[in-house]
Amino acid sequence: MVNEVCFRNMDLDRSWLLEQYRSRGGYDVLARILQERTPPGEIVDIVKASGLRGRGGAGFPTGLKWSFISHNAPGQKYVVCNSDEGEPGTFKDRDILRYNPHQLIEGMVIAGYAIGATVGYNYIRGEFWEPYERFEEALAEARSAGFLGKDILGSGFDFELHSHLGAGAYICGEETALLESIEGKKGQPRYKPPFPAHFGLYGCPTIINNTESLASIPVILEKGAEWFKNLGVENSGGAKLFSISGNINNPGVFEIPMGTPFSTLLEMAGGMKNGRKIKAVIPGGSSAPVIPGEQMMELTMDYDAIAKAGSMLGSGAVIVLDDSNCMVKVLERMSYFYHEESCGQCTPCREGTGWLYRVVNRIESGRGRPEDLALLDDMTTKIAGRTICALGDAAAMPVQGMLRHFRSEFEYHIEHKRCLVG
Amino acid sequence: MGFKNLPMTTVKPVGNKEALFSSELRAEIDRWISKYPEGWQQSAVMAALDLVQADNGGHLTTELMDKVAAYLDMAPIAVYEVASFYSMYERKPVGKHKICVCTNVSCMVNGSDRIVEYLEKKLGVKLGQTSQDGQYTLKEVECLGACGGAPMFQIGHKYYENLSPELIDSILDGLE
Repeated sequence: MVNEVCFRNMDLDRSWLLEQYRSRGGYDVLARILQERTPPGEIVDIVKASGLRGRGGAGFPTGLKWSFISHNAPGQKYVVCNSDEGEPGTFKDRDILRYNPHQLIEGMVIAGYAIGATVGYNYIRGEFWEPYERFEEALAEARSAGFLGKDILGSGFDFELHSHLGAGAYICGEETALLESIEGKKGQPRYKPPFPAHFGLYGCPTIINNTESLASIPVILEKGAEWFKNLGVENSGGAKLFSISGNINNPGVFEIPMGTPFSTLLEMAGGMKNGRKIKAVIPGGSSAPVIPGEQMMELTMDYDAIAKAGSMLGSGAVIVLDDSNCMVKVLERMSYFYHEESCGQCTPCREGTGWLYRVVNRIESGRGRPEDLALLDDMTTKIAGRTICALGDAAAMPVQGMLRHFRSEFEYHIEHKRCLVG
Repeated sequence: MGFKNLPMTTVKPVGNKEALFSSELRAEIDRWISKYPEGWQQSAVMAALDLVQADNGGHLTTELMDKVAAYLDMAPIAVYEVASFYSMYERKPVGKHKICVCTNVSCMVNGSDRIVEYLEKKLGVKLGQTSQDGQYTLKEVECLGACGGAPMFQIGHKYYENLSPELIDSILDGLE
């Protein structure tokens, strides 16, 4: 069973238009909630029961996050959507914005109703100009049809929604850095606690969820928590978008039930390119530790299975590597990325990511030293867990994963000053 | 706990804001300001910098950043911080067409090295440089979230995916 949640209208021509979204029952759930005046707590309970976990990468239960905000608390509250899709390998939220923007809008209005917020922002990464324009058109359509703005569908409930464009910074995908960015500052993460539910955007209670999480909401409320939960497996409710790329024939975004075997996903993506052998898979975006290909072929795509194998499902970004790849070179590129994107706030990350890159770079370029692998091991433990946000961990984990599974390739590089591969 | 979250507006608002930018530009910036709460016009700084940069042929100058600061009642240093933090702002002149090539893992394993090499040769520049005729700047960027179409680059607002030398020739020929 594919394309049942965020991609439920993907088969329609010009699926992003309001009339097409309406033809699949779009905005019916919102209309029903507003008409029946469903108690907000009930909505939060349904989201909780559905097993939906944050689709941006952290996997935190969405309903639980919402329950941290009291609906009746006085003052302004905000709903923020994180469309700052930047984890290398991830390209699913772009497709939601391009092909199903109304479902995200409906999800955000419902989220606003559930927590008692009247304003929302969708933070779209600055490079996503075309998805931004598509989303803006959808906002205009929704406004003129009465699904957004003052007194939605005559219910007395107000909700206004705006886009905010980023300008190129991976770190703004971190939720508090994103809030700083909306406030017109450089995107440096805040200390937590206080969490955004208590002190978020403009200092007000805020929920911040990934695009895919929010776009899943209307379907969960339409078909019920049990239905959604049963799509997936224990501890991983629902279906999920997987962005699969690398050395494969048919890369793309596939919406499949949680718990689907990786081998099925690979088959959907056309299998390995040029008939080559699968060497390794990065299962959840470049921050997730690598898993050897053979082991990956036995795994299912859900939080627990991937965690048991020592990695994480993350944002569902699957990068498949064939046996022509030098793992030292792959790690060098990833380490460069984290060095480039460290916001510079915490010393272990600011300095450590540079150290990681320089050491991997010297191994790759034939200047590695026998003690370098122990040095890398040591450095990762001095970065991970010692920073305000998870970027430090994200820089350390790929190094740890590579050294765990492909250590001999690194040793060969150091000893022979060249690749084991090619 | 007495957390406070105030805008960094510590400067005295300037009087004659009409003189800072053209009326078209002001209308655009004002449209962004209207999205944010009263007193939080600094939330529009990113959009304002983007608009001003585009209006100036693709890069920001100190004078322009100061004008943005004045327009949004911000301290100039707060605007410089934003302009230097985010990778899409340019503080040096760039070519008419900025070609942003992704070289991250999914693009790399699909031949982004060859794409960069081809572009460098064709345009006669290295990564980070601008061609002598001022037409092209070649820039290496991090993952642009289009890994399904690797290798890819962005020019202006548009993504070009599944690149090959032939496709690059026709894309560049088609640019105005």
